Amino acid sequence: MLKNGMVIAFLFLLLACSPATPPSGVVLGMQLEPPGLDPTRGAAGAIDDIVYANVFEGLTQIAEDGSVKPALAKSWTVSPDGREYIFHLQKDVRFHDGSVFDANDVRFSLNRARAPDSVNAQRGLFAPIMDVEILDPLSVRVTLNKPVGDFLFNMGLGDAVMVDAASANGNVAHPVGTGPFRLERWQKGYAITLRRNEGYWGKKALSETIKFVFIADPAAASAALLAGDVHGFAGFPAPENLPVFEKNPRFDVLIGASEGETILAINNGRKPFDDVRVRRAIAYAINRQELIDGALFGRGIPIGSHFSPGHRAYVDMTGIYPYNPQKAHELLTKAGYPDGFSATLKLPPPSYARRSGEIVAAQLNQVGIRVKIENIEWAGWLDQVFANKDYDLSIVAHTEPMDIGIYARDDYYFQYHSQAFKALMEQLTLASDPDERDALYRKAQRMIANDSVNGFLFQLVKMGVWDHRLKGMWKNAPIQGAPLRGIYLEN
Amino acid sequence: MRARHSSLWLGGALASFALSAAVLSLFWAPYNPEMQNIAGQLQAPSLTHWFGTDHLGRDTLSMTLAGARNSITVALVAVMIGMGVGVPLGLFAAAQRGWVDSLLMRINDLLFAFPALILAILITAIFGPGAINAIIAIGVFNIPVFARLTRGAALSIWAHDYILAARLSGKTALRISWEHILPNLAGLLIVQGSIQFAMGIIAEAGLSYLGLGAQPPASSWGRMLFDAQTMTGFAPWLAIFPGLAILLSVLGFNLLGDGLRDVLDPRQKGHRE
Repeated sequence: MLKNGMVIAFLFLLLACSPATPPSGVVLGMQLEPPGLDPTRGAAGAIDDIVYANVFEGLTQIAEDGSVKPALAKSWTVSPDGREYIFHLQKDVRFHDGSVFDANDVRFSLNRARAPDSVNAQRGLFAPIMDVEILDPLSVRVTLNKPVGDFLFNMGLGDAVMVDAASANGNVAHPVGTGPFRLERWQKGYAITLRRNEGYWGKKALSETIKFVFIADPAAASAALLAGDVHGFAGFPAPENLPVFEKNPRFDVLIGASEGETILAINNGRKPFDDVRVRRAIAYAINRQELIDGALFGRGIPIGSHFSPGHRAYVDMTGIYPYNPQKAHELLTKAGYPDGFSATLKLPPPSYARRSGEIVAAQLNQVGIRVKIENIEWAGWLDQVFANKDYDLSIVAHTEPMDIGIYARDDYYFQYHSQAFKALMEQLTLASDPDERDALYRKAQRMIANDSVNGFLFQLVKMGVWDHRLKGMWKNAPIQGAPLRGIYLEN
Repeated sequence: MRARHSSLWLGGALASFALSAAVLSLFWAPYNPEMQNIAGQLQAPSLTHWFGTDHLGRDTLSMTLAGARNSITVALVAVMIGMGVGVPLGLFAAAQRGWVDSLLMRINDLLFAFPALILAILITAIFGPGAINAIIAIGVFNIPVFARLTRGAALSIWAHDYILAARLSGKTALRISWEHILPNLAGLLIVQGSIQFAMGIIAEAGLSYLGLGAQPPASSWGRMLFDAQTMTGFAPWLAIFPGLAILLSVLGFNLLGDGLRDVLDPRQKGHRE
């Protein structure tokens, strides 16, 4: 008995001596857990948030300002007609499982992404690729069937990362990339831990481990930060709690631009929304500032079209239908609805959508559009609204970068069938001169604003809350995911 | 006498306070609970807004009053559903006995085995969220409660001599149930009704909190709490008032039920005297 007691006492002593938490390593909070970890397979933003530029790398990489930087391709040349790209690859690059990265892997990755049976979420990006040719082990020629202006940008997206033929099919659960971190552990429903890749070809990561902890509830996210359980949230979910962290010297709050255009999606294929006067009436009925104040506690940027205000080609279209309920009512009368009409507004779960929904409903009610709110889950939203177009109105943020092209898609849930816009997008794919492209982007923004395809509400901001000791985070989010190689905890 | 019935008085006072708030909201509220005024958002309690305003600038007092109406309607109708179906089932099972009784009670046990809220979530998940479906969900949960209570009490009454006399005089089981059994159960049912009423308020708040109850813009206490949870740090009134409303009304109806039991339940009375 006494002996047992001594053993227990000894164990307690041991416990008391060992440090409570391992000191090195960064812990980051995330709201959503990714369904898998293969960015060439799934569309979920959470995948890229973890693996992009950390576990997997592409030929190019998108920098914080949105520009294209070399990655696995250390340089490239483009033929004068814009159809041929020769990529020169980095030397001595190895995948996490030890196999060598070379031109074969580039050909495999690109062919896999563009194959007829490809499961890539952005397969369209690879459609222009006609041929991938190996010139020597470290150079590849990619031939396109037409010039694609932002081909190098596309090659820097998470969907275009380089994978190895031997491990490609297992990447969903056991990602094998070339990046500065490799997957150490995935505790489903709780956390994912990345460990520094000591054999990395480039500059090694500063932090030994990075652990992503999944905290869905905004209140719990605040609590975890305040308690020091996590060192930061790149996308903090509760704007109303930012002042708490802004006032607290232990934290830095970084507000940056994101790609999240939040829209009041309108089913253009359904009566009465097929009438542009009705859609314009909706635009006049919306008071953006009230939305930003009420739903985002002031943390949002008003938009008048489907384009990020952070982009150089952005035109401010917020002035074309300023808030004017009187005018909205006149337009509805002209369209044959002097007494308004009834419509349902289907809202997905994020708080920006649910909160904006209540405000939009009240604003539309004021001009006679009687809106019934229906809160639905993501699965229901994807099924009813996105896939089956069974909706009148919805609110959602489109977070894909430079995605104005979705308005040209025939099967897209807006059901905006405009020949003029399609022709414009066709022109854009052919243009490679940056100035010409910018001019076309501006024209596109004006066109969809004019047609009032959707209600354009606000641009979400990227709200980063960081432990003051944590250095090296990105403020802006030009694409989903950010490299964490340079992130570290200062002592 | 008064000291012994303190829970009756306190419960009665709280419950009637909640009821009168609900009735009051039908005719009058300081502001329209659905009216947004974003310029005046998140005001602390003051003379113009006694309970402050929320993130959309809505008056929290008006919303709490409207929430009382919502909660009480849901709880009341749910109790009525529970009684309306459960009591006849219990009477029938007690009158029939045998396999009918066993079958009904096993189905009852099955329903009973589900936690109330899970059952309600299941029902609203199938039929969609909304106040009506919340009422049905909570009402369905009330059925086995009343059925079981009624059956148990009815069985003991069936054993009495005056029931035997009624049977000998040729009355049918149905008529005996209606004329002799049910009146003897009334007190018990009122007591259970008020306890189930309190449960209904909690269940409604839980469903609304999960987004399965009354849909916006209709006010409900559960959703007010949900909206408030990230704002408690700087706008605690948003959580305090609906929270207190739930607490006090549930406490009120529970105490009322306890108090009524002391007064009405013949078995308890027997113990005292």
